[in-house]
Amino acid sequence: MTALMQSMSSTTNKVLGYPLNAWYVAAWDHEVTRKPMSRRIADRPLALYRTEDGRAVALADACWHRLAPLSMGKTLGKDQIQCPYHGIVYNSAGRCVSMPAQETVNPSATVPSFPVVERYRYLWVWLGDPTRADPDLIPDMHQMSSDEWAGDGETIFAPCNYQLVLDNLMDLTHEEFVHSSSIGQDELSESDFVVTQDGNTVTVSRWMLDIDAPPFWLKNMRDKFPGFDGKVDRWQIITFQSPSTINIDVGVAMAGTGAPEGDRSQGVNGFVMNTISPETAKTCHYFWAFMRNYRLESQLITTQLRNGVHGVFGEDEAMLKAQQEAIDANPDYEFYNLNIDAGGMWVRRLIERQLVAEGRLIPTV
Amino acid sequence: MAATNLEIWQTGTVVEAESITAETRRLVLSQSLPKRAEPGSHIDVMVTIDGERHKRSYSAVDSSEDGQRVAISVFRTPQSRGGSVFMQGLEIGDQLEITQSLQNFPLRVGAPRYVLLAGGIGITAMVNMARVLRNTKADYTLVYSGRSRDAMAYLPQLEGLHGDALRVHVDDEGTALQVDELLASVDPETELYMCGPIRLMDAVKRGWDTLGLSMPNLRYETFGNSGWFDPEEFLVRVPRLGVEATVGPGKSMLEALEDAGVDMMFDCRKGECGLCEVRLLGLQGSIDHRDVFYSERQQHAAAKMCCCVSRAVSSETGARADSGGERAVVTIDV
Repeated sequence: MTALMQSMSSTTNKVLGYPLNAWYVAAWDHEVTRKPMSRRIADRPLALYRTEDGRAVALADACWHRLAPLSMGKTLGKDQIQCPYHGIVYNSAGRCVSMPAQETVNPSATVPSFPVVERYRYLWVWLGDPTRADPDLIPDMHQMSSDEWAGDGETIFAPCNYQLVLDNLMDLTHEEFVHSSSIGQDELSESDFVVTQDGNTVTVSRWMLDIDAPPFWLKNMRDKFPGFDGKVDRWQIITFQSPSTINIDVGVAMAGTGAPEGDRSQGVNGFVMNTISPETAKTCHYFWAFMRNYRLESQLITTQLRNGVHGVFGEDEAMLKAQQEAIDANPDYEFYNLNIDAGGMWVRRLIERQLVAEGRLIPTV
Repeated sequence: MAATNLEIWQTGTVVEAESITAETRRLVLSQSLPKRAEPGSHIDVMVTIDGERHKRSYSAVDSSEDGQRVAISVFRTPQSRGGSVFMQGLEIGDQLEITQSLQNFPLRVGAPRYVLLAGGIGITAMVNMARVLRNTKADYTLVYSGRSRDAMAYLPQLEGLHGDALRVHVDDEGTALQVDELLASVDPETELYMCGPIRLMDAVKRGWDTLGLSMPNLRYETFGNSGWFDPEEFLVRVPRLGVEATVGPGKSMLEALEDAGVDMMFDCRKGECGLCEVRLLGLQGSIDHRDVFYSERQQHAAAKMCCCVSRAVSSETGARADSGGERAVVTIDV
């Protein structure tokens, strides 16, 4: 093998950088209102608000004059925001429209305005080169806003590098140990899995046939099939889309009714929708939702599922926090990679390629 | 993108130098600290005039994808303060101090419609913007106005790239730009970016204002180096400090006062910020306001001036003969 054929990372980065030419979720749609709010995404502090017409705006959260946070200011008129410190007013394009104490506006007075697209109940922002902000690059999360799916979610503020969350979601063997009371079971680490990738997505599939349903899934089966008892076929199909969205097709069906071949009618199906936005190198916003395609009318089930997943993800959050602290406390220790990390390692590979393309990571040869 | 004014100085090596019109020379510089130049950005260059170092600004016409090379175009200004002569004399292999690209004229991506207006050498600021708008499939028109086709830099390349999106106005051919007609074609959603002679920009500003269009949608950069009148030598007096200084045509009033030992406050040096404001106590002649800090009302009042760019001229018409040859005299307090 020549040097050029070698893998990009001879060692695994414990804290991975984030591509900038990418769409990241900045907020849930309902979070952003006429009253400005602040949020840091990919180390860029943003002021988020809506215009009178309801259009979402993302401006750099620093006034051009003395960098006071615009998010502490107020919205004015059709689409403007006023700095809380000296009253300088900007429009939604980030252009200054009025300056205090002078009759003219300094033509240099602007703050960056970032492209925003509202889709799948989220606000997506593009923080890199705005000339490349193609909305078609937004990851597919259509279950979030489809009539055929129902559900809800929350945001976890995760005190760890976003890559640790991606690692966590790409390898679900941890469920057996972290989530033993809800979705964990021995078969997770005993069953085989298949990993595929195509340069932009990575998929990890695992089937567990003829097993007992863990508590979470038994409850869901009984919501759809009251009184259900018996063995199930369980699946987890994890799909990563660059740079940080992971949708997990999960479910169980009555054993032997044809789910692996495609007939899921005798089962329950959910999608765990996850998209992670780096905040800083060591913190991230972890937006998730659980969507289901049965008993769509039941707000009770929506709430129960959201609360159930909230509990499960709370266990992940505690582990991710502890993991980041251990990384920080042991700077001279490396990661070691196992076979179960195949999905996560492909994710790293794809992200690293994008970082190299953006000139933000120097390839090791 | 936002304005950035953090000056990072580096070495630029001339790797290409060619005359692209009788008065315009294109220089491609290899940067020791490579950085891609965004549309609207410029580089500052240290030039040597009569043994003294001075800073000049040039729009980045284009740059290579890897940021290694940046191109500028230098126009031989009739009233050059010496910078363009120095720049035009550069040859391949010459090295000079340059900044990485600086951004005071950012192109906003996402406007519904754009007009880019270039007068003469002002095209250098528009070449990159037009290319990006074309690449992003934006709705744009590039309006390029000049004296004669021969004198219009980059014209053939622009015709090839922009096709119908390019509108050319040539004085010599009787198709001179009519600002009123141009402005009649814009709507409240249009953003107009312009770069060119001050009279053209001023006409657009007035027309824009008259039509009640949104001022923030009118985008321009001010280098503060072209006034209504040719620069003349004039005198500045500061009675409180007992200072009298001569302001030569190649020098700013601020520089003359600094040279005379006056402790001056200033910042942008291009007539935008207003920090260099001085109060007029007396005036013989009239003020050629070259700043964008004062409103028209304030400029007419002639009570104050931005001494970094604005000058005094001996007569209201700018013609020395009309003043009987007397130099203008500005009496100020600072």
